[in-house]
Amino acid sequence: MSKKIKTPRAKMPEQDPDARRRNFEEVPLGLTEEMAMIEASRCLQCKKPLCVDGCPVSVKIPEFIKLISEKDFSGAAKKLWETNALPAVCGRVCPQEDQCEGKCIVGKKGEPVAIGYLEKFAADWERENGSGEVPKVAKKTGKKIGVVGSGPSAITVAGDLLLKGHDVTIFEAFHKPGGVLVYGIPEFRLPKAIVASEIAGLEKMGANIECNTVVGASVSVDELFEEGYDAVYIGVGAGLPRFMNLEGENFIGIYSANEYLTRTNLMKGYLFPEYDTPIARGKNVVVLGAGNVAMDSARTAMRLGADSVKVVYRRSRDEMPARNEELHHAEEEKIEFVLLTNPTKFYGDENGRLTGMECLKMELGEPDDSGRRRPVPIEGSEFDFDCDLVVVSVGSNANPLLTSSTPGLELNRWGNIAADPATGKTSRKGVWAGGDIVTGAATVILAMGAGRDAATSMHDYLTLGW
Amino acid sequence: MPKIVNREEMAQGTIILNEIKATRISQKAKPGQFVILQADETGERIPLTMADTNPEKGTITIIYMVVGKSTAKFKELKVGDDYYALIGPLGTPTHIENVGKVICVGGGTGIAVLHPITKALKEAGNDVTTILGSRSYDLLIMEEEMKAASTKLHICTDDGSKGHHGFVTDVLKETLENNDIDLVVAIGPIPMMKFCSLITKDFNVKTLVSLNPIMVDGTGMCGCCRVSIGNDTKFACVDGPEFDAHKVDFDELGKRLASYLDEEKQSLEAYEKSIA
Ligand SMILES: Cc1cc2nc3c(=O)[nH]c(=O)nc-3n(C[C@H](O)[C@H](O)[C@H](O)COP(=O)(O)OP(=O)(O)OC[C@H]3O[C@@H](n4cnc5c(N)ncnc54)[C@H](O)[C@@H]3O)c2cc1C
Ligand SMILES: Cc1cc2nc3c(=O)[nH]c(=O)nc-3n(C[C@H](O)[C@H](O)[C@H](O)COP(=O)(O)OP(=O)(O)OC[C@H]3O[C@@H](n4cnc5c(N)ncnc54)[C@H](O)[C@@H]3O)c2cc1C
Ligand code: SF4
Ligand code: SF4
Ligand code: FES
Repeated sequence: MSKKIKTPRAKMPEQDPDARRRNFEEVPLGLTEEMAMIEASRCLQCKKPLCVDGCPVSVKIPEFIKLISEKDFSGAAKKLWETNALPAVCGRVCPQEDQCEGKCIVGKKGEPVAIGYLEKFAADWERENGSGEVPKVAKKTGKKIGVVGSGPSAITVAGDLLLKGHDVTIFEAFHKPGGVLVYGIPEFRLPKAIVASEIAGLEKMGANIECNTVVGASVSVDELFEEGYDAVYIGVGAGLPRFMNLEGENFIGIYSANEYLTRTNLMKGYLFPEYDTPIARGKNVVVLGAGNVAMDSARTAMRLGADSVKVVYRRSRDEMPARNEELHHAEEEKIEFVLLTNPTKFYGDENGRLTGMECLKMELGEPDDSGRRRPVPIEGSEFDFDCDLVVVSVGSNANPLLTSSTPGLELNRWGNIAADPATGKTSRKGVWAGGDIVTGAATVILAMGAGRDAATSMHDYLTLGW
Repeated sequence: MPKIVNREEMAQGTIILNEIKATRISQKAKPGQFVILQADETGERIPLTMADTNPEKGTITIIYMVVGKSTAKFKELKVGDDYYALIGPLGTPTHIENVGKVICVGGGTGIAVLHPITKALKEAGNDVTTILGSRSYDLLIMEEEMKAASTKLHICTDDGSKGHHGFVTDVLKETLENNDIDLVVAIGPIPMMKFCSLITKDFNVKTLVSLNPIMVDGTGMCGCCRVSIGNDTKFACVDGPEFDAHKVDFDELGKRLASYLDEEKQSLEAYEKSIA
């Protein structure tokens, strides 16, 4: 008896690594309709789909995949929207290997169904070919809601509450809405036109977006209530860069990842001098850290023309927190990994410009609180190398600008807002919070999940009371 | 949109004043705070201190020196034009109280930054001696406004075209020698602030300076504006822009301001060619 030949997992067509490491265009080119339908046919349509358990917002995965296999791409996109306001974004940036795809049954014996690719496919198809219609909003309730921030959690809250008929105003500190999706994640991973199209959809649904408004400085949360807002959602992200407090950290050429990526993405420094904001183009670049932010910084530096880009990380390869796909992409783009290495100081010249750094070799010791083996310095292993640009990408903390100007808002000991994990309710009546400002730096989909829960709770409050 | 309602040229057209409609900001702003402006979508985010505010009219006033592409773009904006973006008020306001005798020292466009602080210090009951400096008298700005905001006003010019022939530091030293001074506020070019700070240190008088590092967001999220204050690194946009002068590393600040010299030159030259 001949064995049924298993269809292999779709391979995403991508820009050639040698070309793409010098341009800012998107890396994956997208599946063709035919490829998407073949990939969709690999899904077993499980009665108890484990993949859904792995998705923080319980996307109806088998249902939308089935629609793709039936060539109803528009229907698939609409199915996605039932639980996920930003499928074109999530299909691109979710750490699928730890979430939906990590649980997929097909993955137990082979490679999981490419849920992320399919999600991206359906959402892109609808954006490019669909009617551009937005969901109908319910009858106006007359309630006014202020949403602070415009990242994924804020976008989700705004969308859900608009649908329920409330008036929503988004207050964003920057001159463009989108949060990390516009200022942090680079163009080659998430084209800004996609974020702009999502925001345009919200506006079509009636959202009022006030950019250039720093809540806590331009207007306070208390003043929003005085101005007649019935409820406020805080989704301001985790915008305070961590530095390492090392000697020489203020030399010219040492950036926080936030600054490096904001200059490049939001201010479009990569298009300088067409855009006015400059960004240093390092020859020998070092990125400190190994998360998604570090990979984005390293790959950006390569695209800005570096000769060499090294990711310096104090643990080993296995502990690197970045998504597998990004690590793989970075390697293909000739980013080097210098593992088990920790910086100890920076060198500069008489003009205050960075010239190099000193590092220490590390080895892995006993597991620490996080369960990962703790890196311990090897005594006397100091060594130097030259570099002219360093991007410090070792995480971020909660920015106190809004929280310190909002009395009665309880914080945890790291300065994050204390909010009920199920509803997003804070210690202040009428105020909800979610996303990175509550959890610390996390993921797009978790921020969106928090937004969805908060929207439900806010709607209950507006109709039933606190 | 933040519209320009009044525009003046000062100091031979090297310094520009814009009064801008910004109701919310005008009502909230306090002395020592700044705004960030963008001329257009491709523009840089430029921090400028509010030289004055008028809550009744709902306007703020900025006064800036034309030094590079962004300020050159601002200069092209006419009455009735809009800035693309205006954000504020940002930064920690000056702590204003009646301490007794105060000296305010200003140089260049630092005088504009100093104006609201001087006004507030005098209104709080302080005896305010103001010392202003410029290269020559025709480059001096806001003489009348500063006179009105101070108890006593001294002018210094490098070329002797008016007042004391020499630097503000000469008059500062003399005033410190002859009076018991409780506070000095010095705002101007970095060398001016540095030398004022060295003098007041000798007299052990508390001194405030307003720092002007390069900024991006102005809300503490990027760290571009970091300055060394004593042994600490601070973000000038949220922890400042005012700091205890005796703790500031002026040399580091000066170097960091030169981060993009080549790019700034390239930008300005291309821009000047394009509008010529
Ligand atoms: C470079 C980078 C790469 C990443 N890559 C991935 C990835 O591949 N996959 C993934 O899942 N996650 C990734 N993340 C994490 C993810 O982007 C965040 O977890 C997510 O964006 C958090 O969403 P949020 O809505 O809480 O806030 P944010 O997206 O941080 O948005 C907050 C918004 O609030 C605004 N704001 C802040 N303070 C104020 C104020 N006082 N008043 C008004 N507005 C204010 C900010 O300007 C910002 O626009 C990445 C993050 C970064 C920085
Ligand atoms: C909080 C704050 C308040 C400020 N208030 C005022 C003000 O009220 N009036 C005013 O005229 N200026 C003020 N500045 C300085 C002003 O922001 C800069 O002059 C402006 O950014 C220059 O932009 P540009 O593109 O025109 O010039 P660029 O091309 O960026 O620079 C041209 C030249 O100016 C120098 N330079 C660059 N940035 C600065 C800076 N931040 N400060 C001083 N020199 C700089 C460069 O070294 C270069 O030599 C303030 C700065 C800060 C941080
Ligand atoms: S939202 Fe993210 S986790 Fe959920 S199904 Fe889509 S890609 Fe997977
Ligand atoms: S677990 Fe895998 S095979 Fe099963 S429904 Fe989900 S995607 Fe399809
Ligand atoms: S300007 Fe970005 S932190 Fe101050």
